[in-house]
Amino acid sequence: MKSLFNSLRASSSFKGMHWLVTGFPYVWLLLFFVVPFLIVLKISFAEAAIAMPPFTDILSYAEQKLTINLNFGNYAYLFEDALYVDAYLGSLKFAAVSTLLCLLLGYPIAYTIARLQPAVRNVLLMLVVLPSWTSLLIRVYAWVGILKDNGFINNFLMWLGVIDQPLQIMYTPVSVYIGIVYAYLPFMVLPLYSNLVKHDVRLLEAASDLGAKPWMTFLTVTLPLSRAGIIAGAMLVFIPAVGEFVIPELLGGPSVLMIGKILWQEFFNNRDWPVASAVAMVMLAILTVPIVLFHHYQARDLEGRR
Amino acid sequence: MTAAKAAAPSPVLPTDNYVTINNISKTFDGFRAVHDVSFSIRKGEIFALLGASGCGKSTLLRMLAGFEAPTAGTILLDGLDLNGLPPYRRPINMMFQSYALFPHMTVEQNIAYGLKQDKLPKHEINDRVQEMLKLVRMETYAKRKPHQLSGGQQQRVALARSLSKGPKLLLLDEPMGALDKKLRTQMQLEVVRIIERLGVTCVMVTHDQEEAMTMAHRIAIMEAGQISQIGTPAEIYEQPNCRYTASFIGSVNLFEGTLDEDQIDHCTIKTADLDVPIYVGHGVTGMTGMPCAFAVRPEKVSMSKTRPEQMHNHVAGIIQDIAYLGSESVYHVRLQSGKMVQVELVNAVRWGSERFAADDAVWIYWEDESGVVLTA
Ligand SMILES: Nc1ncnc2c1ncn2[C@@H]1O[C@H](COP(=O)(O)OP(=O)(O)OP(=O)(O)O)[C@@H](O)[C@H]1O
Ligand SMILES: [Mg+2]
Repeated sequence: MKSLFNSLRASSSFKGMHWLVTGFPYVWLLLFFVVPFLIVLKISFAEAAIAMPPFTDILSYAEQKLTINLNFGNYAYLFEDALYVDAYLGSLKFAAVSTLLCLLLGYPIAYTIARLQPAVRNVLLMLVVLPSWTSLLIRVYAWVGILKDNGFINNFLMWLGVIDQPLQIMYTPVSVYIGIVYAYLPFMVLPLYSNLVKHDVRLLEAASDLGAKPWMTFLTVTLPLSRAGIIAGAMLVFIPAVGEFVIPELLGGPSVLMIGKILWQEFFNNRDWPVASAVAMVMLAILTVPIVLFHHYQARDLEGRR
Repeated sequence: MTAAKAAAPSPVLPTDNYVTINNISKTFDGFRAVHDVSFSIRKGEIFALLGASGCGKSTLLRMLAGFEAPTAGTILLDGLDLNGLPPYRRPINMMFQSYALFPHMTVEQNIAYGLKQDKLPKHEINDRVQEMLKLVRMETYAKRKPHQLSGGQQQRVALARSLSKGPKLLLLDEPMGALDKKLRTQMQLEVVRIIERLGVTCVMVTHDQEEAMTMAHRIAIMEAGQISQIGTPAEIYEQPNCRYTASFIGSVNLFEGTLDEDQIDHCTIKTADLDVPIYVGHGVTGMTGMPCAFAVRPEKVSMSKTRPEQMHNHVAGIIQDIAYLGSESVYHVRLQSGKMVQVELVNAVRWGSERFAADDAVWIYWEDESGVVLTA
């Protein structure tokens, strides 16, 4: 088997294939991540201008002199104006709380599905994923219909007679949490499920055999063994939630300050591409912290098991 | 064949019914995995449940542990009715097949797990863990995780973990199942040494007869959810009570026939395979003419090129096959009736096996006391 592989590797046609296969992800990353990243980085150091495109060039060549004009003003501006700092903190808070809510809601869901018969499991997983097959925009608009003052919830509660004034849910942080948790729940449930479904039931039996009550077994065996799933799910929710734009825009009122909204305003309302780019760069820098942590834990888990 | 064995148990002692299993049944949606099983286990005994795959051994063991509730019947442990007690309230610990060690805990933490559930003081837990590590000779591996251990080491940890709480009853499910042949033999003796030193009562499940005979004081042979025989390894081997047990343990030559003469001290059996009746040196309680079988082990059959002197228990045949195993040879002899009989001869002298060759015409014969009559 191994010698077959070696001889295949030695043959030149395979060598070409080999480079193509390993090179493809790099080319992809270069084209769709590195190049756009560098462009945005470049714009963040430019100055806004009334032109097309609406920013100055950082390189200029005149009188046989190549000048590089790096404008750090955009970054300085972000830290001078409390609006941006508040928006970053707001985004982090919304993302963190939503991640926690997703975990609290998603863990029991994933756990229950993983303990069911295989046939039932697939149906339920399908139901978890199914909503993602329609546009997020449409689903968020549907929430507007549910949450607004004369929406489904308020009408229903008033009909029941529980309240006589509509509850203000729309355009509050609550509606944004509802929207984010709803939209990202599948990203929490799926990695948790794929972790929990692999758990060996005999470990639970062993714990019970050694005198652990069911709750103790959960805390000391199931929970620690699902750590990798929790981290993966939390990252898949937290990272996109920080930059979320559609949900706070549609469900959150002016009181909801999130960086995605600011980015949009800088870009489209103020047409200040350099500041918008700087906002994006700082957001990326903030997000590298959890991403690096995530990879650290993942690598440790990989070497820890088996 | 037998390793460390307790002295032959004396008649009936109060400790004889340490574990009492009364009419236990387990039905899985209509399928009877265990059917009306009753027996008792003595204190300090290593008791093996032996049987083919799917005969219900694990199910019986899991009912003892509390993972399955019996459909009917009761289990008493030292006078305590176990019915309805969840696993975590039973003074019973189990060593799982392929061990089920907690992968996220060190060896030490694995062994301490059960003790922590009892909320023992920390120093007591530590002392006990050290004691257990020493018992299974794993002191130097205390800080390792299970995946950093070999199969044999994992097994020692699993054993230490299941013994740490000093259970009244230890259950072993296929204890050697995950080990290779050589390590298996070594660990069988080691596990018995540890269990006997602690004097803990033990029920083990295995489908390996050699393992059961090496480790257990008594063996129960299970077949299709029922127990067909219980006895010491020697009793089971030398005195099987039915065709199933006889052919499950070791190899056996079975001659089907009818009971011809039945006396207190002997009986004879008529069979189509022999020209002379089979003469057996023990009586059976049966009716003349009833169908029965005569079982004789290959190593208790002799073979010669000349007709033996004796009146009974001999027949002529042709050697079909010879399996040379070094210390002994197994000859497959075809009788005139077409029946194949196995004869095992010890190669006591060098090149002794060359006395007989394939296609030789031979006589096979055995003593009056060599075999048993099976009526079931
Ligand atoms: N949870 C269950 N649901 C349905 N049938 C079961 C269940 N557990 C066991 N059985 C059936 O009960 C019978 C006995 O199973 P058991 O596991 O006790 O066999 P075993 O003697 O331990 O066999 P092996 O040596 O293969 O482990 C088998 O036919 C099995 O299919
Ligand atoms: Mg089994």
